[in-house]
Amino acid sequence: MSEERMSVIVTTIASLLFPFIFIFSFYVIMHGHLTPGGGFQGGAIGASAIVMLIVAYGAREVYKKASDEKLSIFESVGGLLFVLVGILGFILAASFLSNFLVGEPIFGNIPPFGSNPGELNSGGILPLLNIAVGMKVIGGLASVVLIMALAGGEKK
Amino acid sequence: MFEIGLILLSIFMVATAIIAVWFKDLLASTISLAAMSLLLSLYFYMLHAPDVAIAEAGVGACITTALLVITIKNTERMEEEGGEEE
Repeated sequence: MSEERMSVIVTTIASLLFPFIFIFSFYVIMHGHLTPGGGFQGGAIGASAIVMLIVAYGAREVYKKASDEKLSIFESVGGLLFVLVGILGFILAASFLSNFLVGEPIFGNIPPFGSNPGELNSGGILPLLNIAVGMKVIGGLASVVLIMALAGGEKK
Repeated sequence: MFEIGLILLSIFMVATAIIAVWFKDLLASTISLAAMSLLLSLYFYMLHAPDVAIAEAGVGACITTALLVITIKNTERMEEEGGEEE
């Protein structure tokens, strides 16, 4: 039963909603230094989009597109990116995770003083760390659910 | 008005938690737990913690529910009668 896909209404709505949820997840991750949310929250939303596909289409269909090895590699790249940014701060500036991007063209603008709506191109290394944590959370949570659904399908 | 909203939310949360324990149909219990998690995220939002609210809505209401639904799919749906009384 678990290998079958659900009815055509459920699969159509799931595939219709998937890009919107994923883009909302990217929005939450990218605006992590300005608005509520951040790497973990956006990653949980993105993983829930993949989980919705697993529930609607069955684990086998999702496994063809995104196997657990691919998701594991994605997760590991996120963790490595976090450590790499930290060590780059050690090399280029004072200490581990120090903000070496201030004044640079990427993420380096200093927002004006006082109350302002915030600027996306600011924050230094914080958006990079948010992207790393988001990749790690998407890979981890999605692969946990995928492995569990696959194991249940094999037992039947 | 704010306190009335918080009290109503608390009552609904306790009601959904009791319903989740009381049902014999485990799928209905899972949906009731998802409703409790959603009400909890609304509670966090009203207490000015939108960060925790987003995390609770993503993890508690979606991924936990999906995990429990997958587990119920591969085991039994109905709870056994008198199984805990011995």
